[in-house]
Amino acid sequence: MMKIRIIKRPPLPGWAKVVIPIIAIVVTLMLAAIPILIAKGNLWKSYYYLFYGALGTRFNILETFVKSSPLIFTGLAVAFAFRAKFWNIGAEGQLLAGAIAATWIGISMPGVPSYILLPLILVGGFIAGGAWAAVPAILKTKLKADDVVTTLLLNYVMIHTMGALLFGPLQQPGSSWPRSPEIVAAAKYPILFARSRFHLGIPLSLAAVLIFWFINKKTILGYQTKAVGVNIRAARFGGINTTAVILETALLSGGLAGLAGVGEVCGIQYHLLMDISPGYGYSGIVIAMLGNLHPVGVFFSALFFSIIIVGAQTMSRITGVPTYIADVIQGMALIIMLIAILFTEYKVRMVKK
Amino acid sequence: MIRQILEISFITGLLGATLRMATPIIYATLGEIIIERAGVLNLGIEGTMLMGAMTGFLVTITSGSLWLGILMAALVGMLLSLLMAFLAVYLGLSQHVSGLGITLFATGLAMFIYRLYFGSPTVPPTIKPFKPIAIPLLSKIPVIGPSFFNQYTLTYISWLLIPIIAILLYKTNMGLKIRTVGENPFAADTVGVNVNRTRTLSLITGGALMGIGGAFLTIANGNMFLSDVVGGRGWVSIAMVIFGNWDPLKGAAGALLFGFLDGLQLRLQGLGFKIPFHVFLLIPYLLTIIALISVSRKAAYPSALLKPYRREEKGG
Repeated sequence: MMKIRIIKRPPLPGWAKVVIPIIAIVVTLMLAAIPILIAKGNLWKSYYYLFYGALGTRFNILETFVKSSPLIFTGLAVAFAFRAKFWNIGAEGQLLAGAIAATWIGISMPGVPSYILLPLILVGGFIAGGAWAAVPAILKTKLKADDVVTTLLLNYVMIHTMGALLFGPLQQPGSSWPRSPEIVAAAKYPILFARSRFHLGIPLSLAAVLIFWFINKKTILGYQTKAVGVNIRAARFGGINTTAVILETALLSGGLAGLAGVGEVCGIQYHLLMDISPGYGYSGIVIAMLGNLHPVGVFFSALFFSIIIVGAQTMSRITGVPTYIADVIQGMALIIMLIAILFTEYKVRMVKK
Repeated sequence: MIRQILEISFITGLLGATLRMATPIIYATLGEIIIERAGVLNLGIEGTMLMGAMTGFLVTITSGSLWLGILMAALVGMLLSLLMAFLAVYLGLSQHVSGLGITLFATGLAMFIYRLYFGSPTVPPTIKPFKPIAIPLLSKIPVIGPSFFNQYTLTYISWLLIPIIAILLYKTNMGLKIRTVGENPFAADTVGVNVNRTRTLSLITGGALMGIGGAFLTIANGNMFLSDVVGGRGWVSIAMVIFGNWDPLKGAAGALLFGFLDGLQLRLQGLGFKIPFHVFLLIPYLLTIIALISVSRKAAYPSALLKPYRREEKGG
């Protein structure tokens, strides 16, 4: 009988960290052929329109960047939390918290100029997301409540809170749909490229990548979150206030997710809607893992997934393969990346028993 | 007089709804208990349930057989668990991330296959679901009869599964193996128990139950597939495993608690309060979190949970 043996290997050189995710992406795209063929899609046509839809025209490229912005934010949010082994699976709920805050501020302050209103909305959205993430962090550190379960369940609490608001105080007067009034013009992100939806949120997400990188490399908090993630007991023994570090991690992580929600309200929809997020919070998990929990990695994997998501629309229109192919690819990418990471740390040998 | 009848009918209805809404959670909670007792956290549960829900529905609509739907849902649950076993048991990858990966993959796949078969119709297709079976004599008892003994066959089966799985875990050799593998895999290995195979078997058994739990939502208590048909019930089940301290009986009690909250919010919605119905929808999730918090301090996790077993990394 054959048996799998897993043996630790000496650490791979630095370039492997770049090459491995690329291999994972290539393998994922190859495996995506299976669902495409099952959907009776022509393989080459499907791949062609997948990339044409995302990168084929000026508008498509800009649209891919538009899509990447919330993914970068949620990817960074998850990456920052996972580095500290704070299992924040609640980016979706934190995103919604940010979107609700942005809407609330955006409809209730007419006459306030943009240069005051936008910073206010950004801070409000950040705090709302951060506060919502602080709840499971406090429950974890003070009451030992499992963070995976609480963050996941709080997503549903937030979805229904948003539903209650959209059928209640935030509902557009005279409407029976769950939809808020339009935010005031001063609350809208400026569009940076004519004839596109390329809004302020995209450079903001790029700035977040740099800030994340800076926090990781150059600040005490960056060092502490990593220490807590590697070995919480050793960190505590070494004099780190682990409770405070987890709480600060949660605030930052949730805040970043909140900014994803702000961008969707102020940059794209201008209203709050029930389907303001098609699961960006969950995509953030895949993006964080594919990006090796590194900010630059998160940026590139967010870009990859926005290519898939945007491209899948065109591909679906032309070949009839359902757009959910993008979700299947995301799931496959996460699983394959996990296996790929394993190969960087271990050798897998088949041995005869 | 009329008020009294109304109240009794309210209670009967609430009890009936409690037991119905608890059924999928009982299946999934029992499944997760078997798996976690063997030392594996299966966060693939939510996606596995959704695939079960979709498969049960699809097979029923194409074959016309509800029981074939249940069977295939169980089979799909087992297949997804096999993938989980490959990743988290044999390759020893992070159980957290493997499970989430399976949930994301299975969720995407369920929606993909559904769209492939049905396109995006304006009115979702429906099937003729299971009918409740009234048990002769017992169903005639006032209040308890119509609520307890006029349920779906799958619900009755879930009640039988509670003692069966308790006996399996506590009274059989297999159960002893599962618990030892989850508490001390090194000791289990020393006495000749195949750790990885035991974990895989637990995963497959649990996965079948999760698949059935999902299918209950589309072909028994419901007659159509919607993307949010599972709606976090998998995560609720994970909370109930902790709430029930990894015990089938207490876990099922937790499932009944959620069923009660879910049934209550449905009934309250029907009373015509002037509050958005989403307020009622969030109650079960909120109270599940509170239930989880109430036991978290003394939760006794299986010692080897989250730890892959590698012979050469003793004590790691």
